[in-house]
Amino acid sequence: MRFLASAGRQSLRRHKAARPVLLALSLFLVGAVYAAVAPATTSSAEGAPNEQLIAQGKDLFAVNCASCHGLNAEGLAQQGAPALTNVGGAAVDFQVRTGRMPMGNPYTQAQGQGQGKQNTFSDDEINALAAYVASLGTGPDVPTEDQYSPDGLSAEDVARGGDLFRTNCSACHNFKGAGGALPNGYVAPSIENTDPAQIWEALRTGPGQMPVFASGAIPDEDVKKMIAYVEQVNATPSAGLTLGGLGPVSEGFWAWVAGIGSLVLAAIWIATRGARA
Amino acid sequence: MAKPADINPSSPAMEVRTPPKQESPNKLAGPATWVDERIGLAKLLGNIRKVFPDHWSFLLGEIALYSFVILLLTGVFLTIWFKPSMTEVEYTGTYELMRGIPMSEAFASTLNLSFDIRGGLLVRQIHHWAAMLFVAAMTAHMLRVFFTGAFRKPRELNWIIGVGLFSMALVEGFAGYSLPDDLLSGTGLRFVDGLVRSIPLIGTWVEFFAFGGEFPGSLIIPRLYMVHILLIPGLLLGLISAHMALLIYHKHTQWPGPGRTQRNIQGYPFFPIYVAKAGGFFFIVFAVAILMGAFMQINPVWIFGPYNPAQVTAGSQPDWYMGFVEGAIRITPNWEWHLWGTTWSWNIFLPGVGLMGLLFTALAVYPFIEAWITGDTSEHHLLDRPRNAPVRTGLGVAGMAAYGMFWLAGGNDILATQFHVSLNAVTYFMRVAVFVVPVLAFIVTKRICLSLQRSDVERVLHGSETGVIVRSPDGGYSEAHRPISPGEAYSLTRHPQPEALVPNGKQVGRLRGRLSRWYAQGQVPKPTAAQIAAAADHAAVGTEHDAAALDSGDSGETH
Repeated sequence: MRFLASAGRQSLRRHKAARPVLLALSLFLVGAVYAAVAPATTSSAEGAPNEQLIAQGKDLFAVNCASCHGLNAEGLAQQGAPALTNVGGAAVDFQVRTGRMPMGNPYTQAQGQGQGKQNTFSDDEINALAAYVASLGTGPDVPTEDQYSPDGLSAEDVARGGDLFRTNCSACHNFKGAGGALPNGYVAPSIENTDPAQIWEALRTGPGQMPVFASGAIPDEDVKKMIAYVEQVNATPSAGLTLGGLGPVSEGFWAWVAGIGSLVLAAIWIATRGARA
Repeated sequence: MAKPADINPSSPAMEVRTPPKQESPNKLAGPATWVDERIGLAKLLGNIRKVFPDHWSFLLGEIALYSFVILLLTGVFLTIWFKPSMTEVEYTGTYELMRGIPMSEAFASTLNLSFDIRGGLLVRQIHHWAAMLFVAAMTAHMLRVFFTGAFRKPRELNWIIGVGLFSMALVEGFAGYSLPDDLLSGTGLRFVDGLVRSIPLIGTWVEFFAFGGEFPGSLIIPRLYMVHILLIPGLLLGLISAHMALLIYHKHTQWPGPGRTQRNIQGYPFFPIYVAKAGGFFFIVFAVAILMGAFMQINPVWIFGPYNPAQVTAGSQPDWYMGFVEGAIRITPNWEWHLWGTTWSWNIFLPGVGLMGLLFTALAVYPFIEAWITGDTSEHHLLDRPRNAPVRTGLGVAGMAAYGMFWLAGGNDILATQFHVSLNAVTYFMRVAVFVVPVLAFIVTKRICLSLQRSDVERVLHGSETGVIVRSPDGGYSEAHRPISPGEAYSLTRHPQPEALVPNGKQVGRLRGRLSRWYAQGQVPKPTAAQIAAAADHAAVGTEHDAAALDSGDSGETH
């Protein structure tokens, strides 16, 4: 600042252009700071939820969920609706994104586990709902991609995932995730084409009849391996028509229909041919 | 001391003579004569012109025979590569999704056979499909023999041999299913382990004897391998030979028809007609097995994974022929006794061991029970049309219905998921259906048989329907009937009418009399010669009579 002093402070300060230049500088500074800060606050859905998003979620909750789960998510026992105060954002993301929630008709759909319904909520709305429910208590949050993405695993990792899958999942979901029957009309759905994020959420939140597999029992690294195994085993080419992929039941059916069926036709053909020497 | 007698030097026995040289009639006979002189070829081929009757249903047993040949051929290929060992190894083959996984050598060699041996997967799949066809064709063949009464005297023993073949085929199939040591077959072995242990008192000892200790141990795969490739195939081969030797000895049964009697057979000679037909059919069966192996995936063990007693999968089922046992166990309530520190698992023993025993016993004794009920001691070489033995046909369909219900129950989870019904609902339904459906099936089948008998009588008396509607001068309408050929009339009327035995207190007791009455009752009487003659006269009068009868509403006339 020496040159300012030597050249005469007073003259510079009193320069005709001093005020407009200072104004322009300060405006620029404000603009720059705003530009740096403003986007960070508007995209906070991926980070810590902000008040605005929670408020939006609360409104959506009041309209779509509160009739069964209560205005403060405390649950209504007579509706069979559980309290959602400690389920976390992952449960909301899973239930709403897969069309399980909100239920069309709780009295008929509860038995069918609310499957097969189309999700009509946008990503923003689901994020807001999840943020609101997450703000009510504890519970697993919506996962980030590095928690579930099966990219970059070695062949041995995926094979190990298969072993883990057969130990933990195939009893209900079948050896390649085709699904299976559970008592009392419930089913373990097919997970052959399920989104990896939803598999992660299902493990952590235990929807419906499914038990919770917490990260203490199966860390994220192992979940990734299992997800990779299900993806790859279903992408493996089959040795011919898979006949429904239901195991020996469909094989036996086709042995009779295609095998014995065609051979009986051949026998009839042979028997109708006389001796034409 | 005895001395040898003196030999007359002029005796012809002292002369050295060469046997006269045999001249063969033609050049080709040379080798044949050579063989005949050594192994009696002519006698061996005495049956070469044996006559067999022609009908498609007589070829069902051949499908089983040819499947067995295919199984032997493909099985030899598989034994070259398969290692029947339960030693644990780490997989290092080409199938990436198993790399580094610990597994038995049996499973590792199955993966190797499927992925690294040229044609291995194809042969494995042909072998498995041929096994499915083998048991299925045996079942179909057995049903044909049952419904046509071909098991009657003198063929009861051959029927029992057939039942033995059938039961052994189930064991053979199960042993083969277990060999790859994959997750499904291991679960199946665990199932059989449970069956063995459910045998009261001695179950645990039998288990330890079979498995060489606790399940799964390290012995069961090598033992099953021996059973699968040596013991049972040997028994099957022997029984098949006996089965076919008896078939030649008894001669084949035939359908009744003009000129066909209990003492002759109408058909074609084995050589050359059946050599060509049966040979051709072998290639067709082989082709079907290959096509199925090539285009239809079966038992993809690489997806199931290696067996690990800590793992299980939804949709664990045996191959179809063991499905009825699986189903019976799935639907049986949990009946169990706990006495003096022991467990009596009736819920496993009755539906598992008991049902299999019941099936094979019932099949084996049926020919004798039926003969006892009907008092029939004569030989039968002409087949029954199923409708002419309504009670037997009804019993057969009832048995099929019971088997079918148990079978469906074995896939109760698949039924639940595929048809969107509750697993419990399927199970409760089947508990009732296994008892009710066979009874309904018997009643319905017997009624259908009797209706078909009535339609036969109708056909004999009034001829076949022509579909031509005739209008009489009075305006009445009637359908013209064309008389059937005498040959067809004979075929429709030659069957014997069953007569109920009358209880006499000695050979025929009250129970036997009642069963006999039940067996014979309801049978529609065959038209008598007088009725047929009267009907022929009636037909000769022509359609005008029919029309007049219709017109005047005369219902006293039978048509």
